[in-house]
Amino acid sequence: MENKLYTFIIYSENVPGILSQITAVYTRRQVNIESLNVCASSTPGAHKYTITAYCDEPMAKMLTAQIEKRIDVLQANYFTDDEIFINETSLLKISTPIMLQNKNVCKIVRIHNAHIVEVNPIYATIEKTGITNDILELYNELNSTGCVLQFVRSGRIAITKDFTEHLDEYLAEREKQRKDI
Amino acid sequence: MAEKITGAEAMMRALEKEGVNTLFGYPGGAIMPTYDALYDHKKTLNHILVRHEQGAVHAAQGYARVSGKVGCAIVTSGPGATNTVTGIADAMADSTPVVVICGQVGVSMLGTDAFQEVDVVGITSPASKWSYQIRRASDVAWAVSRAFYIARSGRPGPVVLDFTKNAQTELIDYKPAKINFIRSYDPTPALNKDSIKTAAKLINNSVKPFALLGQGVELGNANQEVKALLEKAQIPFASTLLGLSDIPSDHPLNMGMLGMHGNLGPNVMTNQCDLLIAIGMRFDDRVTGNLDTYAKQAKIIHFDIDPSEFNKNVKIDVAILGDCKESIPAVTELVDATKHDSWIAGFKPYAEKEYNKVIDKATHPENGPLLMGEVVQKISEATNNEAILVTDVGQNQMFACRYFKYSKPRSVVTSGGIGTMGFGLPAAIGATFGAPDRTVCVFCGDGGLQMTLQEFGTIMEQHAPVKIILLNNNFLGNVRQWQSMFFRRRYSFTPMLNPDYAMIAKAYNIATRTVIEREELNDAITEMLNTDGPFLLQCAIMEEDNVLPMTPPGANVDEMLLEI
Repeated sequence: MENKLYTFIIYSENVPGILSQITAVYTRRQVNIESLNVCASSTPGAHKYTITAYCDEPMAKMLTAQIEKRIDVLQANYFTDDEIFINETSLLKISTPIMLQNKNVCKIVRIHNAHIVEVNPIYATIEKTGITNDILELYNELNSTGCVLQFVRSGRIAITKDFTEHLDEYLAEREKQRKDI
Repeated sequence: MAEKITGAEAMMRALEKEGVNTLFGYPGGAIMPTYDALYDHKKTLNHILVRHEQGAVHAAQGYARVSGKVGCAIVTSGPGATNTVTGIADAMADSTPVVVICGQVGVSMLGTDAFQEVDVVGITSPASKWSYQIRRASDVAWAVSRAFYIARSGRPGPVVLDFTKNAQTELIDYKPAKINFIRSYDPTPALNKDSIKTAAKLINNSVKPFALLGQGVELGNANQEVKALLEKAQIPFASTLLGLSDIPSDHPLNMGMLGMHGNLGPNVMTNQCDLLIAIGMRFDDRVTGNLDTYAKQAKIIHFDIDPSEFNKNVKIDVAILGDCKESIPAVTELVDATKHDSWIAGFKPYAEKEYNKVIDKATHPENGPLLMGEVVQKISEATNNEAILVTDVGQNQMFACRYFKYSKPRSVVTSGGIGTMGFGLPAAIGATFGAPDRTVCVFCGDGGLQMTLQEFGTIMEQHAPVKIILLNNNFLGNVRQWQSMFFRRRYSFTPMLNPDYAMIAKAYNIATRTVIEREELNDAITEMLNTDGPFLLQCAIMEEDNVLPMTPPGANVDEMLLEI
């Protein structure tokens, strides 16, 4: 089976130690995590993990099943790029003297729809949001002018294109079951 | 105002509330406040002092496996805790409900490389069902209740509680807790009626159905339910190593054992049936052999309570998620009472072939040194097939599981998933506490016995009535067998220079007898079973005997070797 970049969206209770339990599921099966983002989700108390990794579909299934098996994990699902909206952000620190010398630098920033968030005589900070390729293109073009001092790119974040919020439905169902006990 | 008690005392009360009456443990610095509290609970919490922490967990496993209750082990921090890891991993692979309580340094010392500090949660998380650090006394009641709920519910497994020293000594107002719901964990998933119907339809349409029973049947206490289904539709079945006592050995539909050293018929027929019904088993590689050729001709129905087992190794057609005590009767109701006489008769020629080529030779040798098979069979018969079989790992395990017979549920205690040498002796000790009314026979090899030999001390102190059968061939027999088959008989470090085991038994005040001649065997077995308390029966076994039949690793399930 073909290896593809899958995005895993995982929700867990906000308790310590879950991240290492989740990443251990990948490492044990020799799957390398490409990017990882963890933050509080829109559901109170639930943390959201957005993880990307290259693997085939049976492996993606196995990973989600094994992650969901951890006691404090609420839900785990995997997606291909067409099933989700994705975004990343990046910051570039560039040299102000080079920017003033080379008019192309400002042009590249404008063409790529990036924002200058700070300028001082020494450096300027540029912010660019988009998908991986957009960000890397901007970086490569700026880098060819020799102006880039620092570059950082965030992990992927993603939201599903589904009409239903599966986590909320799951939690509502579980709360009903709690009352029956 | 409620009386203030320590976290350690809270632990005692919480354990009692969970119905614990037996603990296997070993004290040490970081768990001392808890042992001090235990001193006042000696009447209700029977603490068995083991001689090594690994033994504490294996004993708790043996206790849990035969009793159906949660086994409990208690140890100190650092090395005490790391010594339990093998047992925890073993319990995880074999779905055994145990709770392991480890001492830990105080919260203020965590992460400072304090004396006997080890990251227990970090080490045990990947190998346990749940691992939790108790950092405050006020968490004790909640954590203990949650631990036992997780250990025993759903697919059972080991839980670790890392009990910091400050949490043991802090004073709190104790409030009991009862956890029976965790929103992120659903151990009793609702049955899917459609898949029940589909399964019943497949069974009704099947001409050559074959069922594979695992330990899940026993863990779900569904022995009767499964038997009713198989009898109604006249479905022949075979069991995995851990499922051998699901249904008695002499049941007419019982075709024997699956796996690498299982019976010929079930393995061959796996690739001839038109429907495979897997109940509470997980298609381990030792059962399936080569997955590319495994049961490709058959539809497969898989009953399991753990959804991550579906399609993990073998692609299945119908998944039935849930407790088999519920799901099996739901299917039974929809299946037709029918017969599969000619299909069932098809197993017979294979059973006869195996008997003539393998079993008869292994159990009725006329001359030469003693064989493991004959010893096992004689002992099983002498106990009226009613004893609990505990085994170590290796040839002793395979011969014991093959030739012992089972008439009652919860009669097999063996390390299946991770194959832990040294498991047998401490697990057998635990079994004598979990089932005090039953005879417990443990078969060990001369290699494995030495791995946890120190538990002779526990047997001596408790006068635990463990019947130890040492099948001594002065070899690490299973590895030697593989060396002879796959490594050109290069016996790399498998011959064992052994001590005088009888003398060791005597040193621990354990009655013992050594059998070299075949004529003495019956008498020695009678002496062992008639002896009140522990007994070591040492049998001098032929050195280079092989476990047969055998599906070589990676070979097709129906390509069993009957001779080598």
